[in-house]
This record gives sequence, structure tokens and C-alpha cells, in this order.
Amino acid sequence: MISGTIGSLLMKFYLGGVYMTLELFLQHLANGISLGSLYALIAIGYTMVYGILRLINFAHGDIFMMAVYFAFFGVVTFGMPWYVSFIVAIALTGILGMTVEALAYRPIREAPRISILISAIGASYLLENLAIVIFGGRPKTFPQVPIFTDMVQIGNIHIQKLTFMIPAVTIALLIVLMYLINKTKSGMAMRAVSKDFETAKIMGVNVNRTISFTFGVGSLLAAVGGIMWGLKFPSILPLMGVMPGIKCFIAAVIGGIGSVTGAVIGGFILGIGEILLVAFLPELSGYRDAFSFILLILILLFRPTGIMGEKISEKV
Amino acid sequence: MKRNTIYTGTALLLLFVFVYFANKHLDSYLLRILNLCAIYTVLGLSMNLINGFTGLFSLGHAGFMAVGAYTTAMLTLPIATKQMNFFLAPLISPLDKIVWPFLPSLLLAGVLAAIVAFLIGAPVLRLKGDYLAIATLGFSEIIRVVFTNTQTVTNGALGLKGIPATTNLWWSFGTAVVTIFIMVSLINSSYGRAFKAIREDEIAAESMGISLFKHKVLSFAIGAFFAGIGGGLLGNLMGTIDPLMFRFFMTYNILLIIVLGGLGSVTGTIISAFIITIAQEFLRFLDEPIIPNIPALPGLRMVVFSILLMLVVLFFRTGLMGTREFSWDKFFGFFKKRPLSKGGAK
Repeated sequence: MISGTIGSLLMKFYLGGVYMTLELFLQHLANGISLGSLYALIAIGYTMVYGILRLINFAHGDIFMMAVYFAFFGVVTFGMPWYVSFIVAIALTGILGMTVEALAYRPIREAPRISILISAIGASYLLENLAIVIFGGRPKTFPQVPIFTDMVQIGNIHIQKLTFMIPAVTIALLIVLMYLINKTKSGMAMRAVSKDFETAKIMGVNVNRTISFTFGVGSLLAAVGGIMWGLKFPSILPLMGVMPGIKCFIAAVIGGIGSVTGAVIGGFILGIGEILLVAFLPELSGYRDAFSFILLILILLFRPTGIMGEKISEKV
Repeated sequence: MKRNTIYTGTALLLLFVFVYFANKHLDSYLLRILNLCAIYTVLGLSMNLINGFTGLFSLGHAGFMAVGAYTTAMLTLPIATKQMNFFLAPLISPLDKIVWPFLPSLLLAGVLAAIVAFLIGAPVLRLKGDYLAIATLGFSEIIRVVFTNTQTVTNGALGLKGIPATTNLWWSFGTAVVTIFIMVSLINSSYGRAFKAIREDEIAAESMGISLFKHKVLSFAIGAFFAGIGGGLLGNLMGTIDPLMFRFFMTYNILLIIVLGGLGSVTGTIISAFIITIAQEFLRFLDEPIIPNIPALPGLRMVVFSILLMLVVLFFRTGLMGTREFSWDKFFGFFKKRPLSKGGAK
């Protein structure tokens, strides 16, 4: 009650035609941060794969979509408790990611870049069409888990618990991932392969297993992101992975592709930027999806290696 | 050389006779498939110029097609139909009174698409490989988003209905023949050789004195010009267009055509445009119930289709033709079981 009064007294500022109270602003910011965390989780998968194979894994967005459906069927069709279903979904998605790598990317790893890129687009298309056939083209409603989706009241604003849980989960996973990459043997192998494929092979790194592992880790993170996405935006569709997929790739490029920290920063920039754009300039909300592309093109033109990227000089 | 000209003329005449009889005797379903084949030939060739011959991996084709389709539709729609379409918000002033014939509309569609391509290409073509792919994909999405939101110009998400069905076999095959002719002449000109040099090795091409910027933008704009015309033909064949038609899937379809035909082969593109368009129709039975008592699985056709095309990319990477081309010498050499060419350049 008191905090509410203070909140509304504190500040009202005028920007782009919308009156905004501080509370409202904070609510938008919280939404932006949680959307940004989701983008970050998916972007990590892109950046890790790109770092190691120099490949845009177009199928990543669809792997994310599959995770949402796995969790959906676990809860709704098989009646599993949500925690079992979520864990099974995450594991299945990891396996799916490794399968896509083994079937679509490994056979043509030595081929020209354009062939690999086309294969990636093909894999993505195949997953989408499979999802349409198996899961049906109509939207389904993701089950609501009260622990996550209940509302809490802070001051005058009602906000889903999930909004705070998503960034927390993301940060926790990031810490684990950082440990994995920097302190473990598999992480060392990943860094070695991404620095120099051939030399790593000579030094006795099992390249195939390392790449497979990278895809697995990336897909696991996408699965966690996907499940939280499903809780936050419960209407799920076979083509729901396309836009987040492209946006998260953009987040990875903005942050500097190949760098995990960069992907996280990029994800937050995109998520917060998108929400605040819609909040402050509602007349531009139709252009919400274009926002990230404009940002991408600006970044590519002025700092092609992204925020955290290293300068790469071209070898003749 | 003279003999070959005669053969080409005969082939064109045969095509003319075929179109004449097809127009008279085939039913509307077959005519539609043939029209689509020819339109996809135009679209495939335009994308192959950019991706296959110049080596710029661009995924922006759907955007250029959207520009072309909307321009043609807006110019050819009768005034009464325009008023019916724009019931949410009236069409802005000069457009609501203009009705053009089909040919100038198509040409303007191509020119506008080329201008858009120039504006996009000038900054973006500095990028390479994957970055170029994602940037062009981004631009084509931006075009689509803009079309969805400019209610007073494009009718937004509602799309345009009742576009006159002007496209017939004469238009589609005529455009395809003209496109093939222009593409072949272009590719065999000094510009075409410069494009191929850029594809093979940019740095080497630049040090031989080829202006990268000029040739890349030129290839991009010419490709977009024909994409715009193809989009225009497609819109006036379908009768309705909306922004959702020009999603990434559209680009993907054309990409499949040029990959199956062979990146860098005009002949391959033509063959595979026909194969893919006809196969898409032929595989339609997969969407129907196949085994009694088992409900139909709508979408199965696209699954089979994407698996087939994954197999092409994985095991059959050069496509049908690689970078080879059809020529009369090879054609007759094939039947006579002789060595293929007499040696030396023509």
C-alpha cells in the first residue's frame, strides 16, 4: 500500500507518447530481463556450435520447439509429474541435438560451406514438417505449473513468479556452463577444437565426440529455455521455434559469435530492447520482429565481429 | 554455330506449338502446374545468378518477390476491387486511381525490386558467407514486416484479393524464355566471367582488377529484378497475396530448386524447377489417407519432400547438373556415342 503510493508519486515520465510510472517501467524491465534470459539460453547453443564448426545451426530453433512439445506430451499425454516430464524432455532434446549433428552435419563436414548451410536449413525444415505431422498444426496449450506460473504482488504490480525464476535459472546454468568449458577436460577439448580443428585432432582430441558433446550441451540449454518459454507463453505451435531461433542467432552475432558471454549479453540486449520498444513506442509494436533485424544489420555494418568478438584477419 | 541457331529456333517453335495446344486442351489444374513450373524457372534462375554464379549466399529472395508481387497486384487491380479490399483503411491517394496494363506493371515490379536490392546490397554485400545469408534473410523479413504494417498501402495482414488472373502460359513461358536468354547472354559476357571469378576466389578476382562492389551489386540487382517479375507473375496467377506467403519458406523452395539443379547451371535450374514443382503436386497423394482405417497425416508430403532434399544435399551434392550446361553439340554427341566435343573453344 505504502510502496504503491510512493511508486506512483515517485516519477512519471513522458516518452514517445506514453506516460510511464516507475512501477510500470520496472515491470517492463523485469519482463525484458526474463525474455532476455530465454534468448540468452538459446543463443548459447548457436554460439557454441558456431565457435566449433563455423556453422549456423538453423535447426537449433526447431530443437527448442521440440523440447517444448516433449515436455507438453510428458505432462499432458503421459501424465507424468512436471519435474519428471521436464527432465525427460531435456534429456530427449539433448539426444535429438546430437542426432541432428550425426545425420545432417557429420557426413558433409568437409564439404563447401554453402552445402553445410543448406543441409542445416534442410534439417530445420524437416524438423518443422515432422512436428506438423506428428504434433498437428493447431496450437496447443502448455500445462501451467503453479509453482512457476502463480502471480506475486510487489507493491502495486502483479507479476508471475516465473519472471524472477527465469533469470535465476539462466544464471545458475551459466555458472555450470562456465565451469564446464573452463575447468573440465571436455571443456578443454571444446576450446581446442574451436581454436584449431586439425591440430586438436593431432593432439589426440576425439573431435567427433567433442562436437557431438557441444551439440548436446547446446540442445540441453535450448530445452531448458524452451520449457520456460512454454510456461511463459503457453500457446505452442510447430513453427514457434523459427522466430526465436533467428532472433537468438542475431543475439549471438550481436554479442560476438563464438563467445558465450557475448551470447548472453546479446540475448539481454535483444530481450530488454524489444520489450522496452513495445512499451515506449506502442505504435511501433507491429515492427517488433523487425527491431532485432535492424539491430543485426547495424552491428554487422559497424562492428561485424560483435561486442565480445575478436578481430579476425583474412588469410589469403 | 549456324546449325545450333536453327536447332534453338526449332525448339522455340516446338515450345510455341506446345503452349498453343496446352492452352487450348489442358484443364485448369494442369495449366496451373505448368504456369508454376515456368514461374519457378524464372525465380530459380534469378536466385542462381546471385547464389550459384556470383557465390553470394543470399536468402532474401522472398522479400524481392514480395516487392514484385505487391507492385504488380497494386497496379493491375481494378479500382472497384481495390475499394473492396481496403475496407479497414482507404488506400493512399495516387495508387487508388491507377490501373496499368500487365507488362508495364511487371517491368516496374522488377525495377522496384532491383532498386530495393540496390539499397540493401550496397551496405550488406560487404559481408561474406553466413553473415550475408543472415543479413539478407533479415532484410527480407523486414520487407515482410513493413508490408504487414503499412495498412494504407498494402492492406497489411489481410493481403490483396481478387487480383486479375492475367498470368497464362504465354506470359509465364514467354517470361521464362526471355529470362533464360538474358541469363545465358549475361553469364557468357565479360560480366558473367567476372561473377564466376568472384565466386571462385574474391581476393584473386579483386587483384585481377575486378571491382567487387560493382559486380556484386549488379548481380544482386539483376537477380532481384527477375525475382520481382517472378513474384508479379505468381501474384497474378494465384489471385490473392498476403505477407505470410513471402516467409522464409518461399526462399527455401527456390533454394531447393537451385541446389537440386546444381549451383551455377542454367540448364540444371530449369530441369529442377520442373521436377520440384511437378513432384510437389505428384506427392500430394501422401496427404490423403493411404491405408484404409488410418487417418490421413496432413503434411506428410512436406516431410517426404524435405527428406528427399536432405538426401540430395548429403549424398548428391553437385545436384543434377553441377555447373555443366546443355549444348546442342553435347546433345547430339550423346546420341552418336562420340567424344563429346571436337576440342578447342568455340
